[in-house]
Amino acid sequence: MSEGQIKKFMYLNRKAPHGTIYALESLEVVLIAAAFDQDVSLAFMDDGVYQLKKGFNTKGIEVKNFQPTYRALDDYDINKLYVEKEALEARGLGAEDMCVPVEVLSRAEIGKLMETQDVILSF
Amino acid sequence: MLHIVNKSPLERNSLDTCLATAQPGGALLLIEDGVYAATAGHAAAGKLSAAMDKLKVYALKPDLEARGMAERALEGVTLVDYGGFVDLVTEHATCQSWL
Amino acid sequence: MAIELNGKTYETDEEGYLTDINEWNEDVAKILAQNENIDMTEQHWEVIEFLREYYNEFQIAPAVRVLTKAIGKKLGPEKGNSQYLYELFPYGPGKQACKIAGLPKPTGCI
Repeated sequence: MSEGQIKKFMYLNRKAPHGTIYALESLEVVLIAAAFDQDVSLAFMDDGVYQLKKGFNTKGIEVKNFQPTYRALDDYDINKLYVEKEALEARGLGAEDMCVPVEVLSRAEIGKLMETQDVILSF
Repeated sequence: MLHIVNKSPLERNSLDTCLATAQPGGALLLIEDGVYAATAGHAAAGKLSAAMDKLKVYALKPDLEARGMAERALEGVTLVDYGGFVDLVTEHATCQSWL
Repeated sequence: MAIELNGKTYETDEEGYLTDINEWNEDVAKILAQNENIDMTEQHWEVIEFLREYYNEFQIAPAVRVLTKAIGKKLGPEKGNSQYLYELFPYGPGKQACKIAGLPKPTGCI
């Protein structure tokens, strides 16, 4: 794969965790696609910011807690994580509530980043 | 009457419609992504607090915990477990889920 | 499929991965290794232990590339290379070692 051209991939996450399968599916696709050595970034907008809200305890709802896996992303050389500023504010959250280091960007700034991508995958 | 909302208030209008429809004396139970409405600092927290004058508001604790939100539960919201969920359903003659 | 051991039944999926990670113990690991024709040595156990710790921390079985790098960081470069790991687990450290460690099949492992 390393022979191929490196493309810019952005995964855009807009759904809350647990309520739908999107968050977990996105994470799995990110991990699988990491094998292709592309230039990967993850963006979290709207309810997607809840995916990174630290402190998940899923014992009560009896589903697997996939939050620790976000901390493994760095091992996969995925360390560009962008979180929408307006979404955090509307939910009473801040960067300090996130379970991994993130860069907080406005919607407009995320929009500009989207323009620089070769591929955007929406979850 | 027991109203149940399971959708995120910033993604769907289920909570808005529910709050506009529910009559005084009823109960509202927030579950799944609906529990985000009952967290401090949330854009919908104001209207939920306002609704507490006419409705008794509950939220399912396991769903708050799963989302890392248990310690942010809004004041005035009663947290219930699955047993409490069943009790609420049996205590009310009718039950409306705002899917 | 299932493994019978000391009067206890351990369920596995159709590829031989343990269904319930919490049922894992060293004895069942030895059976899983036998099924893969692997004689467990101290070096094998070291990788198995590493994988289980990684899973406990991150809730995933790491991809081979990630495993190799992480082992190198923890156990030294002479062990953190694919040649060493493939000598221990000829059919793939991801696939075989994860199976013996009782983990699910690594995400993205075909």
